[in-house]
Amino acid sequence: MNAAAAPTHDSVVKRAGAAGGWKFAARIIVAISLLASGAFAQTTIPETDPPLRPIQNMFEPLSTPALKIHETSIPVLLICAAIFCVVTTLLVFIVWKFRQRNEEDRHVEPPQVYGSSHIELAWTVIPIIITVVLILITARTIGEIQNAKIPDDALRIRVIGHQWWWEVHYLKQNENGEWVTDFIAANEIHVPVGTREEPKMTHMILESSDVIHSFWVPQLAGKTDLVPNRKNELWIEPWATGTYLGNCAEYCGTQHAKMKIRVIVEEQDVYEAWAQNQRTPPPPPPANVALGHKLFMDYACANCHTVDGTIADGVFGPDLTKLMTRRTLGSGAVDNTPENLFKWVRDPQAADMKPGCLMPDMKMLDSEVREIVAYLETLK
Amino acid sequence: MNPHAPGANPAADIDLQPVAPGSERGSLVALIQDLVFTVDHKKLGLMYFGSGLLFFVVAGIMAALMRYQLAIPNHGFLEPDVFNRLFTMHGTAMVFLVGMPMIFAFANYLIPLMIGARDMAFPRLNAFGFWIFLFSGILLFFSYIAGPGLYDAGSAPDVGWFAYSPLTARAFSRGHSTDYWTISILLGGIGSIATSINILVTIFCYRCKGMTLGRMPLLVWLYIVVAFLVVIALPPLSACQIMLLLDRFLDAKFFDTQAGGDAVLWQHFFWIFGHPEVYILILPGFAIASEVIPVFSRKPIFGYPVMVAASVMIAFISLGVWAHHMFAVGMTSFGNTFFAISTFLVAIPTGIKIFNWLGTMYGGKIRLRPPMLFCIAFLFQFLIAGLTGVMLAVAPFNWQLTDSYFVVAHFHYVLIGGLLFTIFAGVYYWYPKCTGRMLDEKLGLWHFWLFTIGFHLTFFPQHIAGFLGMPRRYYTYDAGRGWDEWNLISSIGVVIQAAGILFFVYNLLHSYFKGAKAGDDPWDAWTLEWATTSPPAEYNFEKPQVVRSRRPLWDLKHPDDPDWKYE
Repeated sequence: MNAAAAPTHDSVVKRAGAAGGWKFAARIIVAISLLASGAFAQTTIPETDPPLRPIQNMFEPLSTPALKIHETSIPVLLICAAIFCVVTTLLVFIVWKFRQRNEEDRHVEPPQVYGSSHIELAWTVIPIIITVVLILITARTIGEIQNAKIPDDALRIRVIGHQWWWEVHYLKQNENGEWVTDFIAANEIHVPVGTREEPKMTHMILESSDVIHSFWVPQLAGKTDLVPNRKNELWIEPWATGTYLGNCAEYCGTQHAKMKIRVIVEEQDVYEAWAQNQRTPPPPPPANVALGHKLFMDYACANCHTVDGTIADGVFGPDLTKLMTRRTLGSGAVDNTPENLFKWVRDPQAADMKPGCLMPDMKMLDSEVREIVAYLETLK
Repeated sequence: MNPHAPGANPAADIDLQPVAPGSERGSLVALIQDLVFTVDHKKLGLMYFGSGLLFFVVAGIMAALMRYQLAIPNHGFLEPDVFNRLFTMHGTAMVFLVGMPMIFAFANYLIPLMIGARDMAFPRLNAFGFWIFLFSGILLFFSYIAGPGLYDAGSAPDVGWFAYSPLTARAFSRGHSTDYWTISILLGGIGSIATSINILVTIFCYRCKGMTLGRMPLLVWLYIVVAFLVVIALPPLSACQIMLLLDRFLDAKFFDTQAGGDAVLWQHFFWIFGHPEVYILILPGFAIASEVIPVFSRKPIFGYPVMVAASVMIAFISLGVWAHHMFAVGMTSFGNTFFAISTFLVAIPTGIKIFNWLGTMYGGKIRLRPPMLFCIAFLFQFLIAGLTGVMLAVAPFNWQLTDSYFVVAHFHYVLIGGLLFTIFAGVYYWYPKCTGRMLDEKLGLWHFWLFTIGFHLTFFPQHIAGFLGMPRRYYTYDAGRGWDEWNLISSIGVVIQAAGILFFVYNLLHSYFKGAKAGDDPWDAWTLEWATTSPPAEYNFEKPQVVRSRRPLWDLKHPDDPDWKYE
């Protein structure tokens, strides 16, 4: 893959200047890929994902459940702001008006008032009314989000939390009508975009293989925990393309902070092309990486990672069959560049990688690492 | 009779005040001996305060280290595991080793004085409660040395202060750090329950003549509520700690999800303790405010019966709201709605309280001295904390806000802006009673303004970082997510807060030796503790007190217009 075109941390930092450029580039690429699909009757995967959406402001929702939460939050915020203004004004007024002005004042006590049931009743009833309003608003939104119907054309996926990465199963229905795994991805979740009029739902079943995690991409939906031994549900209906950045939001151990999520919302045909590529088993490794392939299988790599069509079928780490279609390594720890891939394979415990992650430093020779990386770079 | 020395305590005139053996200033060994053997409620109260302050400084330094790490993105100052231990120890220490001893400090020192009693009902149990608390605190910090266990895995606990299972299972938390955490909390809980039972018995059985329940100072009423909450809420915590110990040592599998256990079960146990715990910590704050605000507004508390009723209501409701900490774990829509509604209900009595404090100030002559300044800041900050609490109670909004920095900001507004500010108010108010000397006013103003500004600078931006999707408990974050500025401001605020605390600690020490003499009743106050000497003699009162109203000293000072005519 073309490393220069991959979104880098730099691109996040310089977003203000570069955002327009990225959008433009992405459009051109989409256009080219559309052209290509016409010309060769086969869509290719674009070299870049749609532009990053690094600022996940929950008040700028781009998906139905996030929008519903946003619409609920506005009246709540207004009510709270009104209460804040009234009470603060009262407080400031009272302190100012009734402060003791001079020492003379000290010797005369003010009138002693013990209470007033009328006033107290008034300031009991008003909060009760506000509370009832809040209850009604809240109950409605809870129902709308939690009891939503899953449409037939929804994309269904299963997200499984691991310390500290995400396993993603895309599901299909078998002949008995059961939902079974179509293909497996990791950390970067590609979904098709819809419109506000014709939403396209992606429905997720959330599970965990070890401790509790939480899936949170604020512009798409509120967070839901991934609890071992339970199946939780989350759905999104995004209407804007983009690479949404999210995070694990329930403390899950050492590298909780680097358990990042990318949800890549893209046009339907781009998504289809990506999914088709993910389904396709990789060709046998070319001869020039045979050594790297052998090292990968001989060392412990194959015990934890899966590469379809080989003897590597470990399930403790992410499936690497399509490693090079991903933009990041280590669940968003670093960008997937050849240089980073080398550093990662050599020692993922390095301070600038993901210290504490469960992939050990294998203490390989640099030459061996280079061979393995050469092999990994063919997995696309 | 001098109206400012009501009760006309003859101890002041004829110097009857005996000096306890070994309590002379200067003899360190004698002092330690005295502290170790004492069962005096006042000394134990001060020891609670002193050890709480010590743990506060330690846990505060931990917070400062974390804020330094988070000041800039991708900062390499702390390793992830070190950071995770810091926030776990900071949270655990602030709740169990600072909050709890601080509230018991005030309870111990003030309740017997306020109800005109000689001591707590069970002085030895009282000392037991203190020492087991101190031991549990030392045990927790000892884990830094002793936690590694087999294979050197682990050091101090790093599972977060609410230690969600199954992260605490043997498989994910090796070594003994989690065991230290569990046993420490179990022991601290025993101390808290013992002290609370002591408080209840003292209040119900040892009030002086004439002090009916309806004539008790509000502080005493609120401590009844707090003590009941402790007795009800602490046992579930102890139960789940025992279950966790069984899991870790005997493979009991309560929370072992691999063997069919339930991870969410822990959360129910923990939060049915954890939410009442919030009120256990904040009600003493209300209690202090309810004593300070009337005295410094020169008016009785507005609507005493309603204040009592509201406190009891808060306690009742708080026992039925725990799962609002768990809106994101995937409860049914019915469960979410139920807990959202019960949580909203808390807003009603809380609102009543805020309005009644304002009603007390209205029409008064407000003396803007340090205790009152801290109370006014408390009202403002607790208002913000209450409103962000309402936002969090809206379950769908909570799905966005929970476990983000918004929550961090919210509970720091409750526990610092609410509890700590009232503790400061209480210290400035009762320090003259405890030591016989006034705290320096000028240093107090420096403390107040620095701490208030630093506090808002640190915690207000965290609301916004939360709105922008920053989860809590992150040891590092990337640049460009919109979080950088807010984190930097937040870290700068810590420096200002720390400066404020330095002024406070210096003031405590300085005024102990050099402060102005306080006299028995420096604030011209109305409750019984001001009727005795400062500091009070070991036996508290020269002769049994008799009260006829809620403000016995007002009656003495205004024989022409006593309170009991109106009650």
